[in-house]
Amino acid sequence: MFSAYFIHLLILVGIYVILAISLQLAVGFTGLLNLGHIAFYCVGAYTSALLALAGFPFWFAFLSAGIMAMLFGFLLSIPTNKLKGDYLALATLGFSFVIYAVALNWTGLTRGPLGLPGIPRPSLAGFVFSNNFSFLILTFVIGLISYLIIKRIIASPFGKVLEAVRDDELATKVLGKNTFKIKTYALGISAFFAGIAGSLYAHYITFIDPSSFTLLQLIPVLTIVIIGGLASLKGTVIASIILVLLPEPLRFIGFPSSIVGPARQIIYALLLLLILIYKPKGFSGKVKLE
Amino acid sequence: MLRIKNLKKHFGGVKALDGCDFEVGQKTITALIGPNGAGKSTVFNLVSGIMKPESGKIVFDNKDITGLRPVKISNLGISRLFQQTKLFSNLTVKENLLLALDNEDTKFWKNLFGLNKITRKKEGKIKETLKLIGLEKFENILTRDLSYGQKRLIELLRTILNPHKFLMLDEPVAGVTPKLREEIAKVLLKLKQQGETILLIEHDMGFTLGIADEVVVMEKGKVIAQGKPDEIKNNPEVLEAYLGE
Repeated sequence: MFSAYFIHLLILVGIYVILAISLQLAVGFTGLLNLGHIAFYCVGAYTSALLALAGFPFWFAFLSAGIMAMLFGFLLSIPTNKLKGDYLALATLGFSFVIYAVALNWTGLTRGPLGLPGIPRPSLAGFVFSNNFSFLILTFVIGLISYLIIKRIIASPFGKVLEAVRDDELATKVLGKNTFKIKTYALGISAFFAGIAGSLYAHYITFIDPSSFTLLQLIPVLTIVIIGGLASLKGTVIASIILVLLPEPLRFIGFPSSIVGPARQIIYALLLLLILIYKPKGFSGKVKLE
Repeated sequence: MLRIKNLKKHFGGVKALDGCDFEVGQKTITALIGPNGAGKSTVFNLVSGIMKPESGKIVFDNKDITGLRPVKISNLGISRLFQQTKLFSNLTVKENLLLALDNEDTKFWKNLFGLNKITRKKEGKIKETLKLIGLEKFENILTRDLSYGQKRLIELLRTILNPHKFLMLDEPVAGVTPKLREEIAKVLLKLKQQGETILLIEHDMGFTLGIADEVVVMEKGKVIAQGKPDEIKNNPEVLEAYLGE
């Protein structure tokens, strides 16, 4: 029983790792304070679920989830390209509300608040990831590949250009670098990985509805990014593990679920506050939070 | 090489540039001087595309570049040093300088598949350049940890390393020690000998008149005099407006 519960938690850790390292690419490495990340997660989850329910194979639905989210990332980068800081945060937050409203109201496609039940478990070459242990392995492999790709991007000269945009966009432009293209790529790649995280979530839970993609879901991911430390992939992974597992003991203390839910948010808020005061660079951040 | 024709720019009710005209000849060091608020940095911002003029023309290398974007202007061969330090503070000295060498680093797929390697040639160029100013030990230091003078030097190097035909330097020696000023003057004179064209803004008259071939004096958004340093030193209008004698 305990091991099934633990496997479930590790799957969630894996999904959160992909979601958080992809947000880290935009926020920590490129300096784009994107609060619309959950919208990409939502687009990925719905794309994958709808395609799988229509009979398409998992690998196709999974990749389409990433590509669809990436297209939305490119789309979002066009009107927001000249925005920075708070303004970009507000614009991207607005985008996440729009996507949520579409998921809720386009009932012909998404079934609105009724959600999409019966999303099939992933299957590859005839093997169905029907039990949680096999799903954990799939999540781990996808998480590892995502981590390695993002690490490769940030370690490459292109990654240094992303950091240059974060540190001083005007100076980057004056060096002859097209920052519009660079920021569009950053948002698109970040969205791609959020999309595949959404796909994994949809095929794991086998049911999605718009309530899984609200602002409340963004808070833990953003908290992970900040606590892990801006521009730190390792810190983000460690923070994902800690933040997903930390509130779990509350379940065993015997508090009713009406208390456990809000207590989780309070823990995140408290952690965030403490980190901001005593360790503004998070666990192993390269850049100070301003 | 650069022709500024009747350039006008207002900020609210303030006339930053009010019909500014001057030319910069090839393979020369031209100094743009004038009191604070004369419009010197506005000229730099218009030439480098950071701002757009209300009227007038900027011709560079026989090409009209008025109103082009900074990326395009940089890629046409204009490299600029800012008045305020604009180094990438969370990157190392080497990473800052590597960014200036070319634009291969902006090609995502090439970089993802490892086809844009930092070659020994590039590394050698950075090492060699740093050696020139005695900062080779600082190669792997984050630029935020450097002193102001060192930051200024690294930024100057980055501007020089950026492929260019024309250098625009906004107060390259502001806030640096007299010894460092001499070093920078030597570097700029060496660049001129190598055939570079430089336009600089500087308030240090000793430094400016010591290295400039041509001096353009601005006041209230207009050019009030242009000539050789000796002519400018003795121009009564300039003496009254700027040199305060």
